Amino acid sequence: MDALVYLIPTSLALGGIGLAAFVWSLRHRQYEDPKGDAERILNPEWDDHPKP
Amino acid sequence: MSATFEQDEMRMQASACPACVAAPSAERLAAAAAPKDARLMLSLPTAHCAVCITDVERELARHPQVRSARVNLTLKRVSVDAEPGVEAADLVARLARIGYEAHELDPDVLSATDADKRGRDILMRIGISGFAMMNIMLLSVAVWSGAEAATRDLFHWISAAIALPTVVFAGQPFFASAWASLKGGRLGMDVPISLAIILASSISVYETAHSGHHAYFDAAVMLTFFLLIGRYLDYRTRAVARSAAEELAALEVPRAQLLRDGAEVTVPVGELVPGDLIRIRPGARVPADGEVIEGSSELDRALLTGESLPVWAGPGSVLSTGEVNLTGPLTLRVTAAGRASSLHRMADLVAAAESAKNRYTSLAERMAAFYSPFVHLTAFASFLGWLQISGGDVRLAVNIAAAVLIITCPCALGLAVPAVVTSASGKLFRKGMLVKDGTALERLAEVDTVLFDKTGTLTMGAPEPQNLANLAPADLAIAAALAEASAHPLALALAVAARAMGVQPAKMSDLREVPGYGIEGLWQGQRVRLGRADWVGAVPGEMTATHLQIGALAPVSIAFADRLRPGAEAAVAGFLASGKAVHLVSGDTSGAVSELAQRLGIAHWHAGCLPAEKAALVADLAAKGAMVLMVGDGLNDTAALAAAHVSISPASALDAARTASDIVLLGSDLAPVADAVRVAVQARRRIKQNFAISLIYNVVAVPIAILGFATPLAAALAMSLSSVTVSLNSLRLK
Repeated sequence: MDALVYLIPTSLALGGIGLAAFVWSLRHRQYEDPKGDAERILNPEWDDHPKP
Repeated sequence: MSATFEQDEMRMQASACPACVAAPSAERLAAAAAPKDARLMLSLPTAHCAVCITDVERELARHPQVRSARVNLTLKRVSVDAEPGVEAADLVARLARIGYEAHELDPDVLSATDADKRGRDILMRIGISGFAMMNIMLLSVAVWSGAEAATRDLFHWISAAIALPTVVFAGQPFFASAWASLKGGRLGMDVPISLAIILASSISVYETAHSGHHAYFDAAVMLTFFLLIGRYLDYRTRAVARSAAEELAALEVPRAQLLRDGAEVTVPVGELVPGDLIRIRPGARVPADGEVIEGSSELDRALLTGESLPVWAGPGSVLSTGEVNLTGPLTLRVTAAGRASSLHRMADLVAAAESAKNRYTSLAERMAAFYSPFVHLTAFASFLGWLQISGGDVRLAVNIAAAVLIITCPCALGLAVPAVVTSASGKLFRKGMLVKDGTALERLAEVDTVLFDKTGTLTMGAPEPQNLANLAPADLAIAAALAEASAHPLALALAVAARAMGVQPAKMSDLREVPGYGIEGLWQGQRVRLGRADWVGAVPGEMTATHLQIGALAPVSIAFADRLRPGAEAAVAGFLASGKAVHLVSGDTSGAVSELAQRLGIAHWHAGCLPAEKAALVADLAAKGAMVLMVGDGLNDTAALAAAHVSISPASALDAARTASDIVLLGSDLAPVADAVRVAVQARRRIKQNFAISLIYNVVAVPIAILGFATPLAAALAMSLSSVTVSLNSLRLK
């Protein structure tokens, strides 16, 4: 049962990372234009260097 | 569904009322007048792929004063950040050159960011309660599979540490609306929901502190999670419809040409005051009531009165807001603008009718009214019963009452309506119909009488020449040459038809348009005229017609009839086949109305109706117990649209009419209307089935809970099973 001392915090922390990622994406308006983002990935314009 | 939503909806309707759309608020116009950095919004109805995005953004960035442009493909819009002085018309022209259709949108009408905040708020609560639910469920599974004593207590304490903050944060929408409905003296569905969440959490804390066996943290969080999903679906349906409706409204940016010291200035319509002189160009909509002091022209009053014939206007004629100037420029002295204008008075009529319609109680509300007291009474009765049986064991009695409350809690009921409405609205959207109101589908399912407007609804509002084949080829060539020179709708239609027949226009000199009368020219030394009957010396007939006169010969008339909207026959036939009474109401002359009624097989027709008479007819039918569906597009239909049980208008309708109606037809085809009723009937059946499914779960689970055999595991199973079944049943909609 001693393993629980590590496992429970670990599982909570892993879930927490997922939650933090979700909160970040929501705050940064990543769901504003899902259709456009899906299409933009096909655009080769900034393939060689990132958009300034 | 809940009090907050009702309030939001009322707020939404208040801000989207026809009046505000027809005559925008003062601060909006003040903002529009001030010079500022141009933040332009263009609608891109044809954009659909990666290439479109790149093309549009690159083309706009090429404009020297544009700082940045970003396409939103989901909303089919591009927002442009530019230096002051950049006109939307420039950008639209640029995009047209590279083959993209674009329209200017009024960014002030689009409150996308505001609406979006609410959506993200609910999503955040869903995300957090989802995270909490999964973690607590892991711990709960351990307890259910037999964790004992200290381990169980530890797991319960960890669950509590996760669940309590989650419930406090994520449950807020329910607590707020439950509180609002209690303050209003009603017992909404959110009262038992909140009570169950709070009671489950507090009892579990108490049990955990006393090393109890059962804790309901998972149930409390799961309840929040599932119900938030229902809430979000509900919100999405509204938000999608609202943003599309806002976009339609934003398409008309209200401006007027004011004559100030002889010069023309463009001003927002809201700045006009009585006494101002305004110029109305051909093709423009009259922005305020007034009297013509200069110029003569013809007016299209179809949107206001339903008349399909243009009306002559010259000095002394009185014009109403919303009419369209056709042939010549007019100078108008404003007599009433903004709130006092005839358009606004019409909007008041609509507001009155609309407040009557808001009294409709949806299936969900009726269900809640019956279900909430039942839930509370059952829980309270089991509390009293167990108190009696156990001889005063409060802890046991409260535990059982909480279990009853959790199990009866309308988890599936919260999903039953939103899931079906989302699925049905999506279906209708793909058929080209936009459902604006949450209860519109339920009301549409009850319809037994259908009222159609004529001009612009059953017909396209665009005339077509009827008897060109009877004309001599030489006459036709002359008529075509004359028609080419004018922007009058009849002339335009004639020119298009002649071109389609391959007619070569005759050679003509000295072409000149006499505004309000017609066109004349010289053909082989003879004066030829095309225009009004009295101008060329013909006898005006019953039908819409224009007349051709060559030299001193007797005039020839060319009759016009309005073209049927595609799908009109199918829609009417569909309604008649399903046994609904179909009426045709129009402000047009009885000749034109009866002809169309005969063509479509409509038995009941009413011609020459004023706007108030149309609304009265609707009220009359409603008083006889009929559930009326009104389909109309004009300003003259607005009151009737608002008064009807449910209403549909085409996207080409005036914005006031679109705002007043529950469903907007996005394409030009009318055929989906009959289909919409079928989908609505089916959706109502699904909603009722969903209610039945969740009731069956209750019938099985409630006795178990009352008898005290319910465990947290049973509660979790009942809750998730019923929610999933209900969601799947909603997706079955064909």
